[in-house]
Amino acid sequence: MSVHAATLDHESLACRRCASGIPAGRLALWWVVTSEIVIFGGLLASYLLFRLRHVSWGEEAAHTNTLAGATNTLVLLTSSLFAVLAHRCATQGDGRGASRFLRFTIALGGVFLIVKALEYTGEIHHGYTLLRGTFWSFYYVATGLHALHVVAGMIAMAVVSVGAGRGRQLQRVELVGIYWHFVDVVWIFLFPLFYIAK
Amino acid sequence: MTTLTHPKYGAIWFTLVVLLGISLLGPLTGSTAFVLLLAFGIAVVKAGMVAAWFMHLAVERRLIWFLMITALALMAVLFFGVAPDVMRDQGQNWGALAAGKN
Repeated sequence: MSVHAATLDHESLACRRCASGIPAGRLALWWVVTSEIVIFGGLLASYLLFRLRHVSWGEEAAHTNTLAGATNTLVLLTSSLFAVLAHRCATQGDGRGASRFLRFTIALGGVFLIVKALEYTGEIHHGYTLLRGTFWSFYYVATGLHALHVVAGMIAMAVVSVGAGRGRQLQRVELVGIYWHFVDVVWIFLFPLFYIAK
Repeated sequence: MTTLTHPKYGAIWFTLVVLLGISLLGPLTGSTAFVLLLAFGIAVVKAGMVAAWFMHLAVERRLIWFLMITALALMAVLFFGVAPDVMRDQGQNWGALAAGKN
């Protein structure tokens, strides 16, 4: 079946090996997302428990930069839009369009990391380091782990965009998109936890 | 075979941005409880929208839903299993061992 057809349905685009009725690549990606939910979920549940127990953490959270957090939320939401537009192009057999939208997504991932780096710099400059207290330990571990996932997503998208630009392996566009949206969902929860709940 | 119809992604994105704006306006009310409820309520709605429409969970097969529910249930088990130890420090059998006090 050609991926260059004008319109392709959800199943025919992805890999055809599927005992569960779900293409193998997509099923594997959802397993990754499931394991990531447990990783981030455990971390955030632990944070939430300590936060509820220690009301004074609100004073520490008052020092996080809400503007930077909101900017990064907007950046990630927009990057998710580009990722899903890349998927739409892929389902229409438009590899170049998919590749272009993936590159936009990577660029916004870069903007996210720059804003985060500037934010970290300001916080460390004011003495809010990893070892200042449990709140800041949670803050740096959670946001740092998330940033590592952003970097991983950018690398994966760079690889996929090269193939997509040549019209190859277009089903991967959807897979890398699912991962990226999950990274966005994690940030959606990190934002109120660290930047709004003060 | 599931046929994927692409919704209006621009409109979904715009709704997400409006929700972000509303969550930022919350602190202006001055009520901490309201701010937290609003911020986390909006976070749940936003995450649901991204999962449903951008990740296409809304049209995914049931197996994927089971995977997600299992992961979230594990999170709940962790939270409520550990909560009694973290949240309560009253009673005869409790001691602040880390602080060197029994």
